Amino acid sequence: MKAILTVIGKDNVGIIAGVSGKLADLHVNILDVSQTIMNGYFTMMMILDLSAATDSFGDIKKFLTEKGTDLGVQIKIQREEIFTSMHSL
Amino acid sequence: METTQILETIRMIEEEKLDIRTITMGISLLDCIDSDGEKARGRIYDKITRLAENLVKTGEAIENEFGIPIINKRISVTPIALVAGASQDEDYSDFARTLDKAAKTTGVNFIGGFSALVQKGYSIGDKRLIQSIPEALATTDFVCSSVNVGSTRSGINMDAVKQMGIIVKKTAERTADKQGLGCAKLVIFANAVEDNPFMAGAFHGVGEEDCVINVGVSGPGVVKRALEKVKGQPFDVVSETIKKIAFKITRMGQLVGHEASTRLGVPFGIVDLSLAPTPAVGDSVAHILEEMGLESVGTHGTTAALALLNDAVKKGGVMACSHVGGLSGAFIPVSEDAGMIHAVEKGALNLEKLEAMTAVCSVGLDMIAIPGDTPAETISAMIADEAAIGVINNKTTAVRVIPALGKSVGDTVEFGGLLGYAPVMDVNHHSSADFIARGGRIPAPIHSFKN
Repeated sequence: MKAILTVIGKDNVGIIAGVSGKLADLHVNILDVSQTIMNGYFTMMMILDLSAATDSFGDIKKFLTEKGTDLGVQIKIQREEIFTSMHSL
Repeated sequence: METTQILETIRMIEEEKLDIRTITMGISLLDCIDSDGEKARGRIYDKITRLAENLVKTGEAIENEFGIPIINKRISVTPIALVAGASQDEDYSDFARTLDKAAKTTGVNFIGGFSALVQKGYSIGDKRLIQSIPEALATTDFVCSSVNVGSTRSGINMDAVKQMGIIVKKTAERTADKQGLGCAKLVIFANAVEDNPFMAGAFHGVGEEDCVINVGVSGPGVVKRALEKVKGQPFDVVSETIKKIAFKITRMGQLVGHEASTRLGVPFGIVDLSLAPTPAVGDSVAHILEEMGLESVGTHGTTAALALLNDAVKKGGVMACSHVGGLSGAFIPVSEDAGMIHAVEKGALNLEKLEAMTAVCSVGLDMIAIPGDTPAETISAMIADEAAIGVINNKTTAVRVIPALGKSVGDTVEFGGLLGYAPVMDVNHHSSADFIARGGRIPAPIHSFKN
């Protein structure tokens, strides 16, 4: 299963390290990353492959939300289809 | 995927309140019919709880994984008048209580189908069901009821129109302790559709499969936001903008419906392309119309604005999903729309204008509080007017009015939650009693010589 991770928040030291470290712990593979500063906010998007992950989607979502709180950013994970179905035929 | 597209989707959900309004499982109860009412009710309960056992859980899982809110999980069933008609029972409210119990067991928000189709005449089951409506709605929490009193093919059953005025009043009296809440769960239709996922008018038609998943989308806030970007531009641009956004909204409905049907192992029926408002700020159909340039919804131009909106939503949505159905269009319930409530409060919107709006939008006079002393004949006459609009124009129309007992114009009725609150609206005080007393049937219209 593929999912899209979005991280939005105030820029700080160690956001990418924190997020990717957590993903590695969860056996989630990062397929693509794009990161920018938009209107002064740290904005990162990742395409993830969850096929090797052992935890349920709900648990992964919970762990990442907790990680986001630690890092002071908002982390969201959603299945890829919601974006592809809305924007492509 | 482009970053801007990902952010657009997230913004639509988080800021503009895009949501899936409902996943509704339609269940046929035709195989539950029995001459013994008790046995029939046992089968009904077993079938609903078996098929819908995982409905709520599946809905929540999809919500969690895709990150899109699914506000309601609902069930619609075969019109109970057809199912209960074979039994010896005189009062069908036990059937309603069985539906209520099944709704509570499965955890759904509403169950629709305590219904009768009497557009041409009554069967014994129809008669008994309609008589049971006030008791049924007063003794259940989640059951919704509907009665179809007219159709383009058969005309308008004026005996049923007359009776429904009385039933609406009785239901208000029986649920007076809850602000007449029973009437919020009772719809009187003309040209009712068989695959509508929205309440209170959902029922599972006899032409449908045994079990099916229908989805209703929403998202007035998204449309409003898109129109903010084309201020002052011609209507061609307005229409194109609505079409594009309706396409995106409907894709969400298609995705969620397809996913739910696969996971539940139930065929996917239709997506209902509707803009359904809620009382929340930024979730109003009235505000879309005002964004087009009207100072307030209800002023001159409102009907034209609504006609454009309704048509553009359908045009945009049709290509976005495999099957379209239900009511599809813009809903204009007064109590459930912050902009409508505000327009009534400041005197810009009255019943007459709402009636005109129903000629071009998806349903009818919806969630309107009227004075508690409104005569039953006047309510019947409102139903007759709405039915006439539907029957002549070959569209679905409906009436869902709430007589607010002990209240008069200017007072407010509070329902809470998605049902919102409604200012009591004035009705015409001249009598329609002799007109309604006639009864009989208004013949089906001719569909040539259209003028």
